[in-house]
Amino acid sequence: MQQVFSMPKSMKKDFKYTFCSGCDHGVAIRLFCEVLDELGIQDKTICTTSIGCSVFLYDFIDVDCIEAPHGRALAEATGVKRACPDKVVFTYQGDGDFASIGLAESMHAAFRGERVTAIMINNTTYGMTGGQHGPTTMMGQVTTTSPMGRNREYYGYPARMAEQIALADGCAYSARVALDSIPHINEAKKAIKKAFQVQLDGIGLGFVEILSTCPTNWHMTPEQAHERVRNDMVQTFPLGVFKDL
Amino acid sequence: MNNQKVLIKGNYAIAQAAVKAGCQCYFGYPITPQSEIGEYLSGKMQELGRGFVCAESELAAINMVIGAVSTGVKAMTSSSSCAVALMQEALSYAAGDELPVVLINVMRAGPGLGYIYPAQGDYNQSVYGGGNGDYKIIVIAPSTVQECIDYTYKAFYLAHKYRNPVILLADGLLGQMMEPAVFGEYPYPEIDNSSWALTGAKNRPARAIYSLEPSESKQINRINHLFEKFDIITKNETDWEEFETDDADIILTAFGSMTRNIKAAMKVLRENDIKAGCFRPITLNPFPHKRINELARQGKDFIVVEMNMGQMYKDIKYAVEGQSKVELVNRSVGEWLKVEEIVSAVKKIMEKNYAASI
Amino acid sequence: MGKILIDNNRCKTCYICTETCPKKLIKKSNKTNRLGDYMVEFDDPKGECIGCAMCAKRCPDLAITEVWR
Repeated sequence: MQQVFSMPKSMKKDFKYTFCSGCDHGVAIRLFCEVLDELGIQDKTICTTSIGCSVFLYDFIDVDCIEAPHGRALAEATGVKRACPDKVVFTYQGDGDFASIGLAESMHAAFRGERVTAIMINNTTYGMTGGQHGPTTMMGQVTTTSPMGRNREYYGYPARMAEQIALADGCAYSARVALDSIPHINEAKKAIKKAFQVQLDGIGLGFVEILSTCPTNWHMTPEQAHERVRNDMVQTFPLGVFKDL
Repeated sequence: MNNQKVLIKGNYAIAQAAVKAGCQCYFGYPITPQSEIGEYLSGKMQELGRGFVCAESELAAINMVIGAVSTGVKAMTSSSSCAVALMQEALSYAAGDELPVVLINVMRAGPGLGYIYPAQGDYNQSVYGGGNGDYKIIVIAPSTVQECIDYTYKAFYLAHKYRNPVILLADGLLGQMMEPAVFGEYPYPEIDNSSWALTGAKNRPARAIYSLEPSESKQINRINHLFEKFDIITKNETDWEEFETDDADIILTAFGSMTRNIKAAMKVLRENDIKAGCFRPITLNPFPHKRINELARQGKDFIVVEMNMGQMYKDIKYAVEGQSKVELVNRSVGEWLKVEEIVSAVKKIMEKNYAASI
Repeated sequence: MGKILIDNNRCKTCYICTETCPKKLIKKSNKTNRLGDYMVEFDDPKGECIGCAMCAKRCPDLAITEVWR
């Protein structure tokens, strides 16, 4: 028999995720680790981690990591890349980190065309703090700080980052993917690989928005949560490649 | 050229010294009165093929520095008072992460937007910090353009030697003033950062630089480590200068460019038969508590002269521990206190405090 | 013909794998873990597993550590 699935080499040997049961963070981390393996760049990659559920990333991956203050991951990634242009630099951020508190850093990294890769996990809520309303919360979605559901009057509209980043001249690749099914997971991996490839080719910023689940704060089973991604989230956040230079 | 005297503006002196010190990356956002630093470095860094970014904000600028120094290179940003306030979060992170961040603060007036005239109102912001948690930052205050050069070199050296952020606390007066100065060569040895710098996990386990500690005991150990390190810094690096304190009855005390005026005032007072001395902390953090206390125990009184509402005055009082009198001569912002103003203020204090002896 | 290896220390009993397996070879077992949740088990007496690795690809906790075909 032949082994057709094994743990990515870019992951630590002995780790246990700190995520809730059924959280898609785990799949996303595995995917980019497999990409690092396939591109053979694990030993020259530096990751800037963010604040949120992804904060313990350095406990799981065998990659040099620096922790960024909330929202500043792409600023730190810029610093790392400018200091060491021969290294591969990527950020792993949540939607609150990337699209709310760090929006300026995110957009300007795209405008400048920083040769880094940004991965944003979109689960439409602030997961670590207990499921509050965030920049990507969908219209009508009930959270702990939108108890009557997100409405136009008080909250405005959700931020669609993959489209926004694609508008920036410095962005080389922007895609939105999901992790709710095997075909989508395969596509997500392809998108992540492409987002690293544009960095290696020196074209510009590679960005992937990953639609993810938060079963705990959505008050759903993992399978129900994936149903929601499949049926509801893709209505607001359509999947696809928005830029590919 | 290296040992030649050149007439140069404080901001350019700092910028050129940073280049000579081997600063590999500069990230900055414009603010008067320090914009010349970014203007000079924007061209120079590109010429030398080093890192430079016109950052979108001060928040981004200081975090870019954190990113750059995490790879072991020398990097810095420069800013002024109200924008340094924006950097306090990152300074707290940098201190917690033990990263050699160098920040140039060319002070302007506050609070709020204040204005671009010089002031010394950032003493508390620099020395005590506006970031969260227990951390300490090395603060060095130059008083001449020559010192702007010397202490920029020193800032890079200390930051890397101790893996601690360093603030060079200049002010608008120094930044905009031209004086003759000599650059020489970067006088310090290069520090080996290979034991901790992020370079990619090649032939070694991955490294992580972080300040998050979910375990209480580990967090306590981390803070203790930071403070033990600062004890060593205090022991090795506390720096000050003093003039004619041996026979002095009163000691004029100032930091930064106000030092120039108290030195002149001391001479005038001596001509008027008042035995005045001068004391000037060079490192504001670590602060020369011990030496001030020694002088106070010899019965010497202190007069603190500063361009703020008495920020260093409190530290001098604390160092004196009630052993002698401490008075304040100050103005909040704007034109530096003139030598004559200092002299007459000192005389008034003398009349009040020592009426019997004069 | 295939087989998988489940690391029950990593498994957080989300049961995504039980839904994903096209042959329904991964099941809730009677055994419980430290939290009292029913652990999953790979039950393939007839050798039906085709080693498609869909379970491993969807497992959020990387608890399915090896797949053989």
